[in-house]
Amino acid sequence: MSLNETDKAVVRDVWAKISKSSDAIGTDAVGRLLTVYPQSKIYFSHWADLSPGSGPVAAHGKKVMKGIGLAVSKIDNLTDGLLDLSEKHAFQMRVDPANYKLLNHCILVVIASMHPKEFTPEAHCALDKFLTALALALSEKYR
Amino acid sequence: MVEWTDFERATIQGIFDKMEYEVVGPAALCRCLVVYPWTQRYFGNFGNLYNAAAILANPLVAKHGTTILHGLDRALKNMDNIKATYAELSVLHSEKLHVDPDNFKLLSDCLTVVIAAKMGADFTPDVQAAFQKFLSVVVSALGRQYH
Repeated sequence: MSLNETDKAVVRDVWAKISKSSDAIGTDAVGRLLTVYPQSKIYFSHWADLSPGSGPVAAHGKKVMKGIGLAVSKIDNLTDGLLDLSEKHAFQMRVDPANYKLLNHCILVVIASMHPKEFTPEAHCALDKFLTALALALSEKYR
Repeated sequence: MVEWTDFERATIQGIFDKMEYEVVGPAALCRCLVVYPWTQRYFGNFGNLYNAAAILANPLVAKHGTTILHGLDRALKNMDNIKATYAELSVLHSEKLHVDPDNFKLLSDCLTVVIAAKMGADFTPDVQAAFQKFLSVVVSALGRQYH
């Protein structure tokens, strides 16, 4: 299920249209992750406020979307492009990779709610493939 | 038995009260067939599913999408016993239709996305949590008879 040239073109195209609201998308997605999948809260027990829209949630959402922007620019070789981030997630943060699927779903839900016209079934398919490939690249250094 | 808060009951009821079955049902099933193409295996006799445009234009897909969405009405009317309510449908899906139960989750994810697109900002994290809880209970009930 690797990304073909059409998928990459669709991802770049959608990203160009939504990236100006990337901070809002990130904040919303992380807030949803913590609300819909409360087990994800364990990774953020050091935050003062875990509610949707809070300072730490917004800051982290911004960080996540910056990572996604990076991934879009490295879409031709996600494994190499995300090596540093993979090491960080594997050795420092030790995030169970199952959580990437949950956050990916939340990101797609947010894009659907904020950009319903852009989020056609074809765009959804390409983005889902991309986020899945991203999660795989992020898991590269785990073992 | 699943415990539902007043907020959850009201939220789910509210979503279905405003539901346009003939729009949302087809949209969710079409999206599932496009985003997860292996699900097309169950619709061999539906005619042209060759590409996204064909799927979106296919009247059999549209009709079936509406049917599936109305199937959720049963859960809505029996929220305190969804497990028993879907016993018969679970047997149908496992014994007759031979649907891999993982697919129920894929369709419910697509339905969530379609509802999110429809409701926009009203689809808050709490509303999403309630809706996904409802769908996951139905998915679990549908998967019960498989062995």
